[in-house]
Amino acid sequence: MSEEEGTKEYAYFLGCITPNRYPGIEAATKRILKEFGIETKEMMGASCCPAPGVFGSFDMHTWLPVAARNLAIAEEMDLEIVVTCNGCYGSLQEADHLLRENPKLKEKTNEILGKFGREFKGTTKVNHSIVVLHDFIGLDRLKEKITKPMNDVNVAVHYGCHFLKPREVRGHGSSETPYILEDLVKVTGAKDVDYKDKLMCCGAGGGNRTADSVQSLEWMRQKLVSAIEVGCDCMVHPCAFCHLQLDRGQEEMNKAFGTDFNFPILFATQFLGLAMGLSEKECGLDIQTTTMPEKLLK
Amino acid sequence: MGTLYEDIVECGGEIFGEEHLATLRECVQCGKCTGGCPSGRNTAFRTRKLMQMALVDMREEIFNAPELWFCSTCYTCYERCPKGVKVTDIIRTIRNLAAKEGHMSVPHRMIGVYVMKTGHAVPLGPAQMELRKAVGLDEMAPTAQKYKDQLEQVQTIFRTTGYDAMIDFDWDTMNLKGMDKGGKK
Ligand code: SF4
Ligand code: SF4
Repeated sequence: MSEEEGTKEYAYFLGCITPNRYPGIEAATKRILKEFGIETKEMMGASCCPAPGVFGSFDMHTWLPVAARNLAIAEEMDLEIVVTCNGCYGSLQEADHLLRENPKLKEKTNEILGKFGREFKGTTKVNHSIVVLHDFIGLDRLKEKITKPMNDVNVAVHYGCHFLKPREVRGHGSSETPYILEDLVKVTGAKDVDYKDKLMCCGAGGGNRTADSVQSLEWMRQKLVSAIEVGCDCMVHPCAFCHLQLDRGQEEMNKAFGTDFNFPILFATQFLGLAMGLSEKECGLDIQTTTMPEKLLK
Repeated sequence: MGTLYEDIVECGGEIFGEEHLATLRECVQCGKCTGGCPSGRNTAFRTRKLMQMALVDMREEIFNAPELWFCSTCYTCYERCPKGVKVTDIIRTIRNLAAKEGHMSVPHRMIGVYVMKTGHAVPLGPAQMELRKAVGLDEMAPTAQKYKDQLEQVQTIFRTTGYDAMIDFDWDTMNLKGMDKGGKK
């Protein structure tokens, strides 16, 4: 898609973890998009998406209208949505899809939204920030802005689950051989390194982390070990919720298992931000649990 | 209440369409779902077995097993099932039915409490306001937590669907019932 064809303003759906735990993700994303002339507009009154695996597991009949209300806010702004969390992407895109497909469901949902004067119409579109980067801005334009190439950096790409799956809703092709994040990593000059548990879940979703945090941290430990074993320097991903598990989770894991992990975790726009010359501080990488090695900052 | 299979089709059907859930019938017990399941690798949770138990109506056994909550909804099984069984959505629906019958842990109920109190499952606190300022953002994003009238819209949804009653939410204390008296298990 060329620059002329798409929107230059997006409604930025923040969700919970991005603004309330990792504002560095929010800051880096806004800064990068701005570099390419894209404005992110605040969504006044937006709530939790709500988490697809959590509220979707507890009560889908509550999950759906809460998601629909968030979609309605963007519709009122007459803008497409951009997100920085796979959970938000999962919920909003799935809700949009279901409500568009099923008029009866839409009617029922709008009965609830009508209680406070809102309506889901089906006029927005839910975009993931990494798709905006990859498809709307495009690799060529990204490349032009790389001022600090990551030439000697080995990256373990982590997708998280709800960016790729279910494929019929997400529409990003095969969930076994994805390419979008790999492309974004390679455009910085870094090496995208394959590792055994690349497609494995971080362990946090679906209420699993809440059900049994130590058990869920063990999934992550296996994943990190398989990336570290093949010489990766850091992990780059597109999900604020995974970030919470992968970053803060390392501290919890070290406590629970007596380990000593400090494997750098970066959201895609934080990694690209560094490569485009933003500072560690501007990307909020100095206010998280895992620390950045010199290699990534020079 | 019908058989568990009937309840799954009815409850999930309203959201996904009945055919989506009825794919459960197609399960041939090949075990591919278990084979790729990150939970199966680490816990006693077995996806294939859960599908079988659902088909033979072992409602109580499923609802009472802690493993039901060890699926991260990663959709690996959903994508790989050779018979097109919509496994993850079937699991989410089974959990909906279990939650409705009271099988929901306190930590899981608490997630709902946070959303009803603040609009967010992970709310903003004073320490995080400092983090926001450190990266050059406003100390509070203009979300439902910031505006009372917006939060009330979210609360209206939870009241309308009966989510508040489902988790035993007390609107006076804005917490689970009995939490002020030492809590409940
Ligand atoms: S992969 Fe599909 S058919 Fe095979 S056991 Fe699992 S649900 Fe049944
Ligand atoms: S969705 Fe759940 S059952 Fe299926 S593979 Fe993932 S964790 Fe296992």
